[in-house]
Amino acid sequence: MKCGVVVFPGSNCDHDVYHVWKHVLQQDATFLWHQDETVKDCDLVVLPGGFAYGDYLRAGALAALSPVMMAVKRHAAAGGLVLGICNGFQVLLEAGLLPGAMRRNASQRFVCADVWLRVERDDLPFTRGLRIGQLLRMPVAHAEGNYEDSPERLDALEAAGLVAFRYTSPAGELDPAWNPNGAARAIAGICNPERNVLGLMPHPERCAEEILGSTDGLAIFSGALATLRDLSPGSPGSPALPAAAVRVEVG
Amino acid sequence: MASLDRAEPPVTEEAARAQGLTADELARLRSILGRYPNYTELGITAALWSEHCSYKSSKAYLKEFPTSGPHVLQGPGENAGVVDVGHGWVAVFKMESHNHPSFIEPYQGAATGVGGILRDIFTMGARPIACLDALRFGEIDAPRMRFLIDGVVRGIGGYGNCVGIPTVGGETGFHRCYNGNILVNAFALGIARRDNIFKARASGTGNPILYAGSRTGRDGIHGATMASESFDAESEAKRPTVQVGDPFTEKVLLEACLEAMRGGAIVAIQDMGAAGLTSSTFEMAGRGGTGMVLDLDRVPLREPGLTPYEMMLSESQERMVVVARRGQEEQVARTFRRWGLEVAAIGEVTATGRAELRWHGQRVADLPIRPLTEDAPVYRRPAAPPADLAARQAPPPVPEPDSEGGEGGPLGALERLLGTPELGSKDWIWHQYDYSVRTGTVVGPGADAAVLRLKGTAAGLALKSDVNPVYCALDPRTGGAQAVAEAMRNLACVGAEPVGLTDCLNFGNPENPEVAWQFRETVWGMAAACRALGVPVVSGNVSFYNETEGRSIHPTPTVAMVGVIPSLADLPAAHFTAAGDRIVLLGHDRGEHGGSAYLRLLHGVEQGRPPAVDLDAELRLARLLRRLVGRGLLATAHDLSEGGFAVALAEACFGRCMGARVDLESVGGGRLAGAGLFSETQARALVACRPAAVAAVLREAEEAGVPAAEIGAAGGEDLEMRSAGEVLRAPVAALREVWATALPRALEL
Repeated sequence: MKCGVVVFPGSNCDHDVYHVWKHVLQQDATFLWHQDETVKDCDLVVLPGGFAYGDYLRAGALAALSPVMMAVKRHAAAGGLVLGICNGFQVLLEAGLLPGAMRRNASQRFVCADVWLRVERDDLPFTRGLRIGQLLRMPVAHAEGNYEDSPERLDALEAAGLVAFRYTSPAGELDPAWNPNGAARAIAGICNPERNVLGLMPHPERCAEEILGSTDGLAIFSGALATLRDLSPGSPGSPALPAAAVRVEVG
Repeated sequence: MASLDRAEPPVTEEAARAQGLTADELARLRSILGRYPNYTELGITAALWSEHCSYKSSKAYLKEFPTSGPHVLQGPGENAGVVDVGHGWVAVFKMESHNHPSFIEPYQGAATGVGGILRDIFTMGARPIACLDALRFGEIDAPRMRFLIDGVVRGIGGYGNCVGIPTVGGETGFHRCYNGNILVNAFALGIARRDNIFKARASGTGNPILYAGSRTGRDGIHGATMASESFDAESEAKRPTVQVGDPFTEKVLLEACLEAMRGGAIVAIQDMGAAGLTSSTFEMAGRGGTGMVLDLDRVPLREPGLTPYEMMLSESQERMVVVARRGQEEQVARTFRRWGLEVAAIGEVTATGRAELRWHGQRVADLPIRPLTEDAPVYRRPAAPPADLAARQAPPPVPEPDSEGGEGGPLGALERLLGTPELGSKDWIWHQYDYSVRTGTVVGPGADAAVLRLKGTAAGLALKSDVNPVYCALDPRTGGAQAVAEAMRNLACVGAEPVGLTDCLNFGNPENPEVAWQFRETVWGMAAACRALGVPVVSGNVSFYNETEGRSIHPTPTVAMVGVIPSLADLPAAHFTAAGDRIVLLGHDRGEHGGSAYLRLLHGVEQGRPPAVDLDAELRLARLLRRLVGRGLLATAHDLSEGGFAVALAEACFGRCMGARVDLESVGGGRLAGAGLFSETQARALVACRPAAVAAVLREAEEAGVPAAEIGAAGGEDLEMRSAGEVLRAPVAALREVWATALPRALEL
């Protein structure tokens, strides 16, 4: 299965994602240049962390307008899998592929730390190997991860079950002391209604190997891989990806 | 020489002095040229001969350092040192100071310090994979100090995080001697394949000289000169000489350079650091023994109207000079443009040995290169020990913990030490740095040494920076040796064999005989340690004139050492990891308190001879530790340093908030009691192992000739020490809280 890792000028986790897909999962991986007009024949597109275009104007704002993002939107609309990590999540928000916006961290400081995440959905293409309520330990590293939206829209997001991960205490409880950036409702990651686009602030690629102290992040990638295998023509596997995930929306 | 179409100030001794050249140096320049220089030539020479660029007061002494060894591929003299780390990889590393700019404008000063050192690394063809930052601040309550701390930390994070290079360690200290002159020493390490190293040596007559990166503006003009002066009341007015960094441009410049280097069209490449276009072009031509012609009309400018003088001395950031193979320059240029960077051909390599600058159809400077770069002035400044040296080194009174208003016995003293910003946790700082990007960080900040994996191999690299400025102030020779020895000890705690070190030698005004003496003594001490321990110095930097209103900083020779760990399979932690693990103390205490944290931080005494450095003992200990780690016998290894045994034991408890119970009655003649718990005798470490491994650990220690004593076990919730007939017990959680909150508390956050 082929993963395309988008390289914007200023992306800096591109090699890390590539490494996980290529060397840990031993799958085909390629870089997609920000000026590419297609996602080539990639099954999964990852928007990696970093500071795309220096995050000038707003984090992700300029990247959202780059040629490759038009191709990523078409890929998503056709039901293709898209994963945005950290800056990639910010790009997805700016591109309108996911709702909401990011503010500066409540501390007004960059924060790099391991956090605890509670899995809120186990039926996404990326989370099928996880179970609801499971706790994952993952690094965050960002200055703008303070997820925000209007109360009504946040209610709608919750009602639609689109919150994929929340920051919690090591006991799995919501606790402002364990929310690293002040995100509304402790939201760490969300998906689109079709469930094929996931954005999250923590870095699963930084905890996908034993030597780095945790493999909790690998599940996100291996979930995507299992989903893609099931979807690939001739696959005998069960239709793991819910029908919604392959729905094509036009307009 | 044609006269300029715009009036330049006349060249007088006064004009030369204003740029930092003495009357003798001006005379030297006149005799080299056989005529008077014009103003542009004067400015170029003043920058090249500044202390910062020429090392004129330090060069004679730096020759003492051993600079070669079985692993060394490139020693001092290039942008960074290169050592072989096995598996076809080399490590490229260097450390540099950005002290003066950081004191004037902390955010940009620190940020551009990181930017500069990263360029030094990727200029060599290596991909930077880690940074360390060694910071020295004044007392937190000193004027502007909270602002400086906040700005420096934000600046380092703002730059390094954006470029995507993890900051994996470093150190932070506080002392009143830095109240008027903080230190920001930035280290970077990159890796490259052994045969893909690039050098900054211009060659090939007719090869085009390309300029790539940001445009040139008026920022940073005279930065190198400013870094070669002392601070006074006017320093605030120097803010315009501080450069402004753009980490985004740095990131794309890094990628573009590495990509362009793979194309085979680059002959030589160098970044424009201190003294900008001047030092980059002169140094490249000087090393290569060539000449060059520069057409200054083609230098990309941020605003029109810059004079040749300004163009040559601007320190605008994120700029590179590239010598390309003739006919292949377009291939190089295409790569830079692909990354959205400007590139311009600004001249070519010649065989004349001279730098000829053209502008507006005129020749505006014509200077012989080698005499200016290779034959810069060298000084052996008069040196003399301080008059009060004997008093400084007199044996200090060592009060017991409960005397002089202290309370709570040794545990009270321990708690007070752990609650100082000096010995407290630095979490607040390093959580603002991205330390896990690039997925190479196996051990991040806060441990004995940072550990990075070498992807695709079982091996790893270990990095550590060290120095104890108080030791250095009391006895610079011992202090210099101690910094080297402690760095090696820290590396040994993760099983790493040192392959080289870089240094940042921060001192006061070398024209002050006391400072010249400190410098000479320090270098001798470091050199002796490097030779005895077999660690070559492969790169480094000297920062003089760290003084304000005539008061010098403590001598601060920051050492950053790099080591190789053959296998990361059995890496011990710096803290206790399993209840029941047996604790073994390696080394022998001699009750040494001179310059100790205990005396300084709790009793306000900074006196005595610093702990003796026994290089043989250090070598035996380091070999033992490497052997124990290599055999997979250790769960924990942590060296004893500031605060001595008690602080080291407490730190080992903090990682997992796990207690320990130790019996010190029969260890080392009962010396580990009362104030003795805080003695800072060197060549010691705490290790812990599974019970079944104790016998093997003790046997290895005996064979290595290292004193070793099993003193207790990890586990429980309390730190408990039996010593001098007493049982001292405190909950680890409470001690940890004091330690963890020390810095934010002091910063009043």
